[in-house]
Amino acid sequence: MTQMTFARAINAGLRKSLENDPKVVLLGEDIGTLGGVFRVTDGLQKDFGTHRVVDTPLAESAIVGTAVGLAYRGYRPVVEIQFDGFVYPAFDQIVSQVAKIHYRTRGAVKMPITIRIPFGGGIGSPEHHSESPEAYFTHTSGLRVVTVADPQDAYTVIQQAISCDDPVLYFEPKRRYHDKGEVDEALDPAAAEPMGRARVLATGTDVTLVAYGPLVKTALDAASAAADEGISIEVIDLRSLAPVDYDTVVASVRRTGHLVITHEAGQSGGLGAEVAASITERCFYYLEAPPVRVTGFDIPYPYSKLEMHHLPGLDRILDGVDRALGRPNSLSGLEG
Amino acid sequence: MSTDQTGQGGSTASTSARYPHGQGRDLVQLVTPSGERVSHPEFDYWVRDITDEQLCSLYEDMTVIRRIDVEATALQRQGELGLWPPLLGQEAAQIGSGRALRSDDFVFSSYRENGVAYCRGVDLTDLVRVWRGNASSGWDPYTVNMATPQIIIGAQTLHATGYAMGIQNDGADSVAVTYFGDGATSEGDVNEAMVFAASFQVPVVFFCTNNHWAISEPVRLQSHIQLADRAAGFGIPSLRVDGNDVLAVMAATRVALDRARRGGGPTFIEAVSYRMGPHTTADDPTRYRDANELEDWAAKDPISRIAALLDRKGLLTEELQQQVKDKADAVAHEMRTGCTTMPDPEPLDVFKHVYSTPNSWLDRQQDHYARYLASFGDPAGAVSEEGAR
Ligand SMILES: Cc1ncc(C[n+]2csc(CCOP(=O)(O)OP(=O)(O)O)c2C)c(N)n1
Repeated sequence: MTQMTFARAINAGLRKSLENDPKVVLLGEDIGTLGGVFRVTDGLQKDFGTHRVVDTPLAESAIVGTAVGLAYRGYRPVVEIQFDGFVYPAFDQIVSQVAKIHYRTRGAVKMPITIRIPFGGGIGSPEHHSESPEAYFTHTSGLRVVTVADPQDAYTVIQQAISCDDPVLYFEPKRRYHDKGEVDEALDPAAAEPMGRARVLATGTDVTLVAYGPLVKTALDAASAAADEGISIEVIDLRSLAPVDYDTVVASVRRTGHLVITHEAGQSGGLGAEVAASITERCFYYLEAPPVRVTGFDIPYPYSKLEMHHLPGLDRILDGVDRALGRPNSLSGLEG
Repeated sequence: MSTDQTGQGGSTASTSARYPHGQGRDLVQLVTPSGERVSHPEFDYWVRDITDEQLCSLYEDMTVIRRIDVEATALQRQGELGLWPPLLGQEAAQIGSGRALRSDDFVFSSYRENGVAYCRGVDLTDLVRVWRGNASSGWDPYTVNMATPQIIIGAQTLHATGYAMGIQNDGADSVAVTYFGDGATSEGDVNEAMVFAASFQVPVVFFCTNNHWAISEPVRLQSHIQLADRAAGFGIPSLRVDGNDVLAVMAATRVALDRARRGGGPTFIEAVSYRMGPHTTADDPTRYRDANELEDWAAKDPISRIAALLDRKGLLTEELQQQVKDKADAVAHEMRTGCTTMPDPEPLDVFKHVYSTPNSWLDRQQDHYARYLASFGDPAGAVSEEGAR
């Protein structure tokens, strides 16, 4: 066990993958000499060389598009998109090419590409640096979309993503990069919890609270705060956003009868809507109240002075829990 | 260095005599680093009207924007700004081009062109509004004919080209000018902008400031040839100019503007300069950049250069220096005051301007959030940084 930051844990996972498989190559802007703007790839170019850790020209479509070519050639490219808001120039390559080539070629061509995207807000950045674009990708079949919530998971899942034969979008909650945690570097990723599975991080009996990425910590904090008021919250870290591990959520909701889902992305067309609908279909007779979503607003990500209003915080999540449980809340007395 | 681009790009062939293309790819230079005015057979013509008084005012502008830049960097260090992208070293490129523009020309820039914004008359408080995190944009583009700064690398070059298509349709003689960096030339958008600009022969100037670095990546990673030479492949004539020579930059910009106004289509300018500071206040250039390189470029400092020129001409009096310093101090003070006294935005402001007309769906989210804030009694204090953890 070693104490390390989130960013360091991903770095260690990338290092392991580079060591274990000569076909793994890293591509991205500023990932070499600088070690990435968040230092996630720090030292890797020095140790593995410029052919394995490639500083690319400033062109996202080219970064992902050439990764496709490398994958055709048998490589396992790991691509870094510098910030969430800069993935859009590569959108076409991701949704029209990366996602579809396995299907298009009837399985003849594998696309084992990992696309790392630091995402989410809370760090006081300017425009385009705090977005949560995951729903654009979960809507595209053929992509696996995952995110992680603690250093150990970050370390394991990055290796699982790289060894997965499908394309994986690996969303890194950037406001947690400096959080520390225990990491067991000896843990074999193949033997660990598969990246497709949700985890129950806190057990509870009153309400199921589903979160992922940056909000998992907030959800856990909300659960402890609620416990002080005698409310028992079960916290699920979704981990895989596509495909979603519904079985784990269903099992929980069947016990609690209440569901709250939280994410930073805007509400409309977001993953919360998908989870709410799917759980309603599968658990209608178990639910004692409609599922509640606590999300960002349907607005462009706001300037930093106001971002804390847009981001679901502990209090807003608890207010959502009160709504799900029919306790007094900010909307009490309002009809639907 | 021998690519002769004369005759490249459709209609430019017939006008090649009037419009220098920088035959050979040596840098166009009118003032040497030691401040000597060297004559140039083609470009002298374009700055022949610049009086001593105007030279002094270029010196003042450059000094003022350096002071603005230093002040903003200090404001960031003091926690008053979230981030700042310094333009240190690029003063000549920004002032030389910015002062060449007409007020009805329209600028589409990146985040680093604060000197150009100053030339356009952007209010000093507006200059820092975005970097303080108080707003998504600092000014109304139509009041200064300059779009708000672009963060997505290269996106603005397409906007400029489209604006120029509009100018062409309207039969006007104004010009769209777009600023971007050396790194940006790798993006698809910039290349597509050049395709459109050349296809439609629209009045747009591509002003590329080659400051040698795209965060940690040297310009040689973006291009195997000189950036100016790329334009030829699109059929766009180009100029390669000493970006630390304010007169040369002004001359080149005037050449490009004049060509555009006369229906000659787009021009690509590569202003060769150097980013002497970090990429932004969040960057640490010592991780990737050799200190000697910085020293070499410091010797070519654009402000020292024009000061040396003025000195040779006997214009750099103590009086002038004092006057320029006072102006720079006053401007910096005004910006600081504007920045530190800027009121914080109201929480519900986040719902403003999502659409041009209200809609019940978003109104409902706003109403619910207002109720949520009210449930704490004290709306302003309800949501702390804590709450957003
Ligand atoms: C599409 C996109 N990708 C990545 C970034 C992150 N980024 C911001 S500035 C920058 C370097 C830009 O270099 P250059 O174009 O040379 O302009 P300079 O900053 O040197 O003025 C990068 C990679 C971005 N803003 N937009």
